[in-house]
Amino acid sequence: MLAEKYTTEIQTILAKYPPEERRAAVMPLLYLVQRDQLYVDRHSMSEIAEILGISTTEVASVVGFYSLYYDQPGGKYRIQVCTDLPCALRGAEQFMEQLCQRLGIKPGETTSDGLFTVEPVMCLASCDKAPMFQVQSGGGLAYYEDQTVENALALIEQLRTEAASKGSAKRKDEYE
Amino acid sequence: MSKYPAGENNSYILLRQRAIPDLDNLDIYRQHGGFTVLEKAITSMKPDEVIEVVKGSGLRGRGGAGFPTGLKWSFIDKDNWPHYVVANADESEPGTFKDREIMEGNPYQFLEGIAICAYAIQSSAAYIYLRGEFWQISANLDRHIEALGVAGLLGDNLFGSDYSLHIYTHLGAGAYICGEETALLESMGGKLGQPRLRPPFPPSFGLFGKPTVVNNVETLTNVPPIVERGAEWYRTMGTEKSSGPKIFSLSGRVSRPGNYELPLGTTFRELIYEHGGGIPNGRSIKAIMAAGASSALIVANDEALDTPMDYESVPALGAQLGSASVIVIDDSISIPWLINKTTHFFKHESCGKCTPCREGTYWMMHLTDRIANANATQEDVALLHAVASQIRGKCLCALGEFSIEPVLSGIERFKADFDTAVSETNNN
Ligand SMILES: Cc1cc2nc3c(=O)[nH]c(=O)nc-3n(C[C@H](O)[C@H](O)[C@H](O)COP(=O)(O)O)c2cc1C
Ligand code: SF4
Ligand code: FES
Repeated sequence: MLAEKYTTEIQTILAKYPPEERRAAVMPLLYLVQRDQLYVDRHSMSEIAEILGISTTEVASVVGFYSLYYDQPGGKYRIQVCTDLPCALRGAEQFMEQLCQRLGIKPGETTSDGLFTVEPVMCLASCDKAPMFQVQSGGGLAYYEDQTVENALALIEQLRTEAASKGSAKRKDEYE
Repeated sequence: MSKYPAGENNSYILLRQRAIPDLDNLDIYRQHGGFTVLEKAITSMKPDEVIEVVKGSGLRGRGGAGFPTGLKWSFIDKDNWPHYVVANADESEPGTFKDREIMEGNPYQFLEGIAICAYAIQSSAAYIYLRGEFWQISANLDRHIEALGVAGLLGDNLFGSDYSLHIYTHLGAGAYICGEETALLESMGGKLGQPRLRPPFPPSFGLFGKPTVVNNVETLTNVPPIVERGAEWYRTMGTEKSSGPKIFSLSGRVSRPGNYELPLGTTFRELIYEHGGGIPNGRSIKAIMAAGASSALIVANDEALDTPMDYESVPALGAQLGSASVIVIDDSISIPWLINKTTHFFKHESCGKCTPCREGTYWMMHLTDRIANANATQEDVALLHAVASQIRGKCLCALGEFSIEPVLSGIERFKADFDTAVSETNNN
């Protein structure tokens, strides 16, 4: 149960908002769940709804509206390459294409070991450092800027080794 | 000595971390005068006096619309309480990366700006709404806010007065529309991030339905130096109607992309050639987008290059300054390809609340797909122009208008590129 597992975290989140506006806590509570299990399942949505006194449908519609919440499990790591206009002017589309080719997948697909999903995303406010991508895993998120395909593949290898050695344990630096 | 230099060469008013290492450390920030301005405001100025100084400075909102900041603060409804300050740190316009550099490098000046604004409108709770990808920045801000609490610079009874203030961060979750202030307020309230019908405006009906000032990160970061050194000093920088320094985010086909803090009214030529190092690979400049993806395309001729970047001169070129996110396009770029990129962006980011924007961005995306892939006729180009024209003036928020800017200006100002695209279709 969310409420029992994260009693203090939930209290800290709720304390940020006026008591009569506790609904405002829906976004941080969704992040709390997603950091734990990489996506938000229906059961967690109804727990959040209960904490906030709103309906599960309302929580689900928030999940559906925003692109950083997932209601389905994806690869353990989402590699999100910015291919928006300013980055595209600096070779981001070719970068994306070559990276996917080397991984043997198409944009949006997950590698056969289920670890990496590579997908194009919109501007990440790093346009002067293209090609760039963010790696999302659970709620943890890190930027990698001024990248080459070789750099990116080396990082992927490193993450793959870590995932193999630590099993499902989370990397500490993802959360700091 | 003041903590802010007067804007001479190589001096910074906003990106001071470039001159002072470790400015994101509270001790270092205080060694350079940090939080003395907040103390001065709380202990020796009335809230309205603070507003008057900001009004007099001519500071205009740096989030895109250029609305006079002091005037906005003075609109706050004094018959309805509590009041809130919300800092807009959603920074999602393609080509914009300035707020991020402020929050990473000079976070305390931003936080001091929030605190001074909050005192001026007598708000005791302020929120920073950050785009979800700024997760790390948000965690760092939480630490800085905590440090301020420990130092007695945030919290109850500040500087022995009866004024109290708390600042909280709130993470968005990937939606460009949440940068629009009323969508942001809906989102903060735990609802879908969709714009509200206006009026009423946030200073009367804002966060949780209460009077609220929403300001951009860069706008608020200007406030401590203004209150320290006065309106007159601030007006010595920039132009008469666009005063002060501005951070220009320079991207695209330039040798040295990056943020440049320069006075408003600096010319495109100076930014792109002197600071940005010009166009690489022996290419020449073709077009400029001054307000990120939301820009009309400016034909980069000599007249345009010599135009001062301020809130009056850029509109005279049939474009907008917006958040001053300058994207440089060289002569190897096809404009149909470019508007195909921008329409994909706006189609993806339309919140779907009103039909002209939802349907219009969808149709524009399909038409530009065809034109960019040399699979279109002149009729398709004409249809694209017609669809874009029909969106104009019919949308609830500015996103719909933004989406047509590159399309209409592209077709009207770079017709040859569309002729080429169509003739390639005929050769297929
Ligand atoms: C679609 C859209 C996106 C916007 N995105 C941002 C943004 O990311 N950051 C921002 O400060 N303002 C953004 N704005 C402008 C805000 O609505 C608002 O004008 C601004 O936050 C007010 O602060 P200022 O007066 O300090 O500029 C956006 C507006 C629109 C219509
Ligand atoms: S103009 Fe577009 S983004 Fe704005 S409210 Fe309408 S549908 Fe939503
Ligand atoms: S366009 Fe890629 S980070 Fe801005």
